[in-house]
Amino acid sequence: MIQKTLDKLRPHFQEGGKFSALRSVFDGFETFLVVPSETSKNGVSIHDAIDSKRIMSFVVIALMPALLFGMYNIGYQNYTAAGATASCLTMFLYGLAVMLPKIVVSYGVGLGIEFVVAQWKKEEIQEGYLVTGMLIPMIVPVDTPLWMLALAVAFSVIFAKEIYGGTGMNIFNPALVARAFLFFAYPTSMSGDKVWLAKDTWFGLGNIIPDTKTLATPLGEAAAGLTPSGDFWQYCTGLMPGSIGETSVIAIAIGAAILLWTGIASWKTMCSVFVGGALTAWLFNIGGLENNVVANIPWYNHLVLGGFCFGAVFMATDPVTSARTEGGKYIYGFLIGVLAITIRVLNPGYPEGMMLAILFMNMFAPLIDYCFVQRNINKRMKRAEAK
Amino acid sequence: MAALFSKENRQAFTEPLSLNNPVLIQVLGICSALAVTAKLEPAIVMGLSVTVITAFSNVIVSLIRKTIPNRIRIIIQLVVVAALVTIVSMILKAFAYDVSVQLSVYIGLIITNCILMGRLEAFAMTNGPWQSFLDGVGNGLGYAWILVVVGAVRELLGSGTLLGFTVIPQAAYEAGYVNNGMMTMPAMSMIILGCIIWVHRALVKD
Repeated sequence: MIQKTLDKLRPHFQEGGKFSALRSVFDGFETFLVVPSETSKNGVSIHDAIDSKRIMSFVVIALMPALLFGMYNIGYQNYTAAGATASCLTMFLYGLAVMLPKIVVSYGVGLGIEFVVAQWKKEEIQEGYLVTGMLIPMIVPVDTPLWMLALAVAFSVIFAKEIYGGTGMNIFNPALVARAFLFFAYPTSMSGDKVWLAKDTWFGLGNIIPDTKTLATPLGEAAAGLTPSGDFWQYCTGLMPGSIGETSVIAIAIGAAILLWTGIASWKTMCSVFVGGALTAWLFNIGGLENNVVANIPWYNHLVLGGFCFGAVFMATDPVTSARTEGGKYIYGFLIGVLAITIRVLNPGYPEGMMLAILFMNMFAPLIDYCFVQRNINKRMKRAEAK
Repeated sequence: MAALFSKENRQAFTEPLSLNNPVLIQVLGICSALAVTAKLEPAIVMGLSVTVITAFSNVIVSLIRKTIPNRIRIIIQLVVVAALVTIVSMILKAFAYDVSVQLSVYIGLIITNCILMGRLEAFAMTNGPWQSFLDGVGNGLGYAWILVVVGAVRELLGSGTLLGFTVIPQAAYEAGYVNNGMMTMPAMSMIILGCIIWVHRALVKD
């Protein structure tokens, strides 16, 4: 049925049709809904049945558990802070009402820019924004104003993606660039103890909470020199303050399973992030930094706190910005883990180091790849000479 | 008198403003453009200082260009520039102390500004004093207007002020507007500079 409607509409959008100005929009929607009708015109080439739009759809599906749990957590934190009780459904609906505008703004601004650029350059719409647009609202604190979100999305789509040539060409992960932009441009709205709580009512749900009410993340508390609240089990389920999508390790694990099962994310990158993080955290544990509270968080807690899991599963494994050689993935992931924990422990200004660690390693991924490719070439040269 | 403003002379002055801008086209003098543009006032002072120094060092070097032995010309150029930089730095300390404190070492570092050495080598060593003067003023102003634009954008968005006067109304802050902290960081001036180059290349076809 979808196919039929599209076929009927197509002539209007081709050259000379009524809506030829919207051609790229039509193409974008068509290929998103159904498998494109075009096949290779010349030469020998085989199209995989799973093109990048299908990959993107799988990643969005993998993000769903974390997103749904994040919505519930928004409601839970709001009602808990107000001291009120409510059913699970009410909390979830409240979270949904808080979250929806963010998602709409993120997609609206991001896709809007993509459409304009695609139309301007007479290219097909690139589908990379599907995932980025879902990631960005999930990695910001719940109290981030919408206009900041819109600004960050515009910044990252233009300066982290289109400048480099669009989807697949970017060096840095656009979602993380958006977060980094917010983090450096509006530090008071991105960290501290006042931003992790939705404070208004939405559609009659939720409670109004005074601005003075504070709620710190465990890592924030540790960075401030206090003992972090909560225990391992709470960190795993995720009923604690934090960026919207990052709190629940269980929900993220479901997403990770989907990604690994479909073969989109590399288990090598993912595992080595955890190994690197665990090892570094353990070294800091036994390293004798008595006065540093963060260094003394047990290593297993480090792995489930903050954005570590979310970053390891959804950000570090981004096929565009991570290392592509099989050996390089180990080094790339391992160094992300090491850097993330090191930044957490040694820099009190940044309670969370995952974002900076991944962005930093994004920069080095091509270098790692180069070294591995070069090593292979040398090895083969030697083998050829030996014969 | 007509010869003073002949076509070549006018070109020596106008070309560096846009078509052959030292910052936009040759991408020279970037370091100081990043360092002093967090606020508009130091950006203006810096731009003017560089204009004055480029103009007069061009004139002086052009006057003595025939007596400079080729093998030690860089040293002689540097001495001229260094003398002028010292004079400008002293004048700033005497008459605009606050700004000179803000600019700190960057006034002294004008001596290493690539635009200066570039103009001396490429223009003043082969042209007459009047033309060299125009070329120096043109290049200095070409550098200055970029600095002023970057400084204005960064101060407006980063601190909500221009030349120290509050521009963004209090009502905007009450409605939830927040100054962009990233604008006060040097990284952002690189991005603004990139945008100016982008717009410039799109508008000026050559």
